[in-house]
Amino acid sequence: AAMKDGLRSQVSAALKEGRVTPTELCQRCLALIKSTKFLNAYITVAEETALKQAEESEKRYKRGQPLGVLDGIPIAVKDNFNTAGIETTCASNMLKGYISPYNATVVQKLLDHGAVLLGKTNLDEFAMGSGSTDGVFGPVRNPWSYSEQYKEKSVPKSHSEDEESNWVITGGSSGGSAAAVSSFTCFAALGSDTGGSTRNPAAHCGVVGLKPTYGLISRHGLIPLVNSMDVPGILTRCVDDAAVLLGSLAGHDPKDSTTIQDDFKPFELPNLTDVSKLSIGIPKEYHASGLSSEILALWSKAADLFKNAGAKVVEVSLPHTRYSIVCYHVLCTAEVASNMARFDGLEYGHRSDTKDSTERMYAATRREGFNDVVRGRILSGNYFLLKQNYEKYFVKAQKVRRLIANDFVKVFRSGVDILLTPTTLSDAAPYTEFIQEDNRTRSAQDDILTQAANMAGLPAINVPTALSERGLPVGLQFIGRSFQEKQLLTVAKWFEKQVQFPVIQLEEVKRHDDGVFQHQKSASFS
Amino acid sequence: AARGCGGVWHRARQCGAGRPWPGPFPRGQRAVACNARGGAVPAGKSGLAPWIPVVGLEIHAQISSNSKLFSGSQVQFAAPPNSLVSFFDASLPGTLPVLNRRCVEAAVMTGLALNCSINKKSLFDRKHYFYADLPAGYQITQQRVPIAVNGSLSYSLCIDNKMSQMVTKTVRIKQIQLEQDSGKSLHDDTRCQTLVDLNRAGVGLMEVVMEPDMCCGEEAAAAVRELQLILQTLGSSQAVMAEGQLRVDANVSVHHPGEPYGVRTEVKNINSIRFLAKAVDYEIQRQIEELENGGTILNETRAFDSKLGCTVPMRDKEGKQDYRFMPEPNLPPLILYDAKSLPANMNHQQVINIDWIHERLPDLPSVKREKLVEQYGILPEHSFALLNEDGLAEFFESVVKQTQMKPKKVIGWILNDLLSYLKQHSLTVKESPVSSFLLADLLNLLEKKEISSSAAKQVLAELWKGEGKTPLEIVKEQKLELLQDQKELEQICQAVIDGHENE
Repeated sequence: AAMKDGLRSQVSAALKEGRVTPTELCQRCLALIKSTKFLNAYITVAEETALKQAEESEKRYKRGQPLGVLDGIPIAVKDNFNTAGIETTCASNMLKGYISPYNATVVQKLLDHGAVLLGKTNLDEFAMGSGSTDGVFGPVRNPWSYSEQYKEKSVPKSHSEDEESNWVITGGSSGGSAAAVSSFTCFAALGSDTGGSTRNPAAHCGVVGLKPTYGLISRHGLIPLVNSMDVPGILTRCVDDAAVLLGSLAGHDPKDSTTIQDDFKPFELPNLTDVSKLSIGIPKEYHASGLSSEILALWSKAADLFKNAGAKVVEVSLPHTRYSIVCYHVLCTAEVASNMARFDGLEYGHRSDTKDSTERMYAATRREGFNDVVRGRILSGNYFLLKQNYEKYFVKAQKVRRLIANDFVKVFRSGVDILLTPTTLSDAAPYTEFIQEDNRTRSAQDDILTQAANMAGLPAINVPTALSERGLPVGLQFIGRSFQEKQLLTVAKWFEKQVQFPVIQLEEVKRHDDGVFQHQKSASFS
Repeated sequence: AARGCGGVWHRARQCGAGRPWPGPFPRGQRAVACNARGGAVPAGKSGLAPWIPVVGLEIHAQISSNSKLFSGSQVQFAAPPNSLVSFFDASLPGTLPVLNRRCVEAAVMTGLALNCSINKKSLFDRKHYFYADLPAGYQITQQRVPIAVNGSLSYSLCIDNKMSQMVTKTVRIKQIQLEQDSGKSLHDDTRCQTLVDLNRAGVGLMEVVMEPDMCCGEEAAAAVRELQLILQTLGSSQAVMAEGQLRVDANVSVHHPGEPYGVRTEVKNINSIRFLAKAVDYEIQRQIEELENGGTILNETRAFDSKLGCTVPMRDKEGKQDYRFMPEPNLPPLILYDAKSLPANMNHQQVINIDWIHERLPDLPSVKREKLVEQYGILPEHSFALLNEDGLAEFFESVVKQTQMKPKKVIGWILNDLLSYLKQHSLTVKESPVSSFLLADLLNLLEKKEISSSAAKQVLAELWKGEGKTPLEIVKEQKLELLQDQKELEQICQAVIDGHENE
């Protein structure tokens, strides 16, 4: 019943009581990572350092001085966060083999709280994509492709080779992190979210995906995609765990001048019983074309759920939403063009053998180091930044961005507390189907429901809601007011409790199960 | 027309022929290009109207600060290569800029000293270009809204080589912007390699943009010299050109009166004030000759070759660059406060108060000069000479305090004897073997008529040796005292007369 009680009451308690040790926990995760290797969720598994960290944690527990809820908890980090001593690749030839000399602030904070870093998770190259299919290490497979729920529902076409072609994508770009959490190989993972990169794969993999308010969590050490929209994302098995992670990560960082100055007070989420004072907004523009009827129905059902519980549910309008994608495209590619300029092969990363001239070396390095998607975005970004185009595209896009942000301000000012929308247009597509379209078209479609929150810098969360007819997860998104994470998560937690999203049934997990992983009560750590 | 300029070229040439004052270079090494060539090629030789040269300057002053503009790396001249490089300076992925408060204060001080209005909100931008010593592929600068705008700088120079005929001119300051310095590339041609040193990468610069209000090398040189003194007085930059702390690019064009400005060239690679005057005058003359011979001026970047004394096109700057400017997304707008706008609950460590800085500005060179003239009754040109040498004014004042001699007389000893000795031996005032105390001692002997003026010079010559003797000891040793005893004098005279009875 208390299926998503979380870290705090489950694993952390088990660790404290000595029912399980950090080393055992770490070893089981490592074993599960091995047996689910086919998911391709991890780029690097840091077995040795993880076991060492677990050992340290164990000593702290033995002394009776654990560092908190996260002490000894195995976590994974998307491979676009710098980790000292562990390869950071961004799933790109450009950074293959690159070992950073420093930890990203968020990584350091997790380690300081005693978390055990299992490894680095797969993504689209430099986080540019919505499928986790466009990295040099190959696509990530959605664990639900191998679940009993999916296998039951999917029409068996003929033989086992179909299983190979039937697997579905994780969404992206933080697909590796979402798959890692979803397949129980870790208890929580860091993703990044620029246009939906945490929420989208969270929805497809049936996990919680939180994109906090811009400026609440440090970006120092996150290899940027779009600096003005990037936010470290949190992927967990339940909303309570997201709050635990947020508590350990949020707050001012002197190394990131865009973080807020005010102190952040970590919070525990109350169990909401009365939602009658809540006003839930349903933005009509999110009835986007391409929205599956299944998701539309689920969305209405969710709205009814709130209504029936006494909440006020109102239709609202965010009129500039329709310009969001094109505007995002201009701003994103412009910043990409700028941010990628540093990869010239001189200081770090890939360097071409071409020695004719420095310019030729630059060109060859960048051609060899970046995939078509990255190069395409650099090209269009530079076009938008040309002197004769700057006003026409970049400045205009910035103005539209302001209008989009103002839409939200107006809606929240009108008394709406939280917006409820779908996270994705449909459930996860089979890989073979997904790659029919190019990255740009796919990103434009897939980010449509998520990236307006990035434009406005608002906190948003995906909550797994139900399984689709095909037996795949579908999630809904809640968007909150700036820096009102507590309110957002409280509502999300209430919703999570109502919908009772099922636990994934995986053969591999069952094999490793001894009560900590698969048992519903222990599915999460808080 | 060129505002604040002497007017047309023949007047400009006059000014060029004048001795630069306050001149950074000794006599005899003046800007020859202007003189010789200007004389050889009369303006408007084919009956055309005279030429008006227009000179504007872009000056990069390295901010005097312990650490870099956006990182904690130390700033130090001539440190071992790549020993002062933070992760951010090397543009490691994921690193972010953090603005250095000291650099902002230095820019505000400089802006106030140059009569600028300080923008309470300024912005940072990225300027993109690929170069080996620019690791990020862009420089963070202030293109749209710089920290200070609309100022002015007054400077003086003398006319017709006469120290007594000084004129004061004003050049408008368009803006001052904060930006990052680049690293240094060293090209090893024999091994076909470029070596990159990132020690300088990310050091804070103030770019001071001067409007094209000057018309010849002497004016440009005098303006830069005055700016240099101001920066050094403020301590916002050490402004030593030889160490690259002050770098000057000159924009030069020529046109006929009543016509629009001509196509301008940018002259770079100027590493002393003397070369600045030379480079500008050479470039003016080159453009006039080119145009009078039916040629055209290209909008190009040229380098000054100090050995050949001429400017040459810079090869690697061919073609027009589009810098693809973009707002720097990792730095919020830079907000400054004044007494009025300062929020009451603000932590003073976290804000910069323009008024607070204003109240604490030291006396600027122009004010110091006025005070010297007023307080000591010395000539204005003497006040220039005193400020031109670091520590000289203080030395002078210290001597004045310790002697009964009138300042008007002391100044002669300072400028003619002390200064020329120091120049001859390439010493700074601080390195002078004769302290202000010793010189005052000597001048007191002179003032009390214990020694003659020529004896004083003899004593001074002895003092330079720095053997630790006092002036009085030297006087005694060498028997240089003036005789005050009338009887003794009479006796000597009598003895002389007695010895020459037959004559």
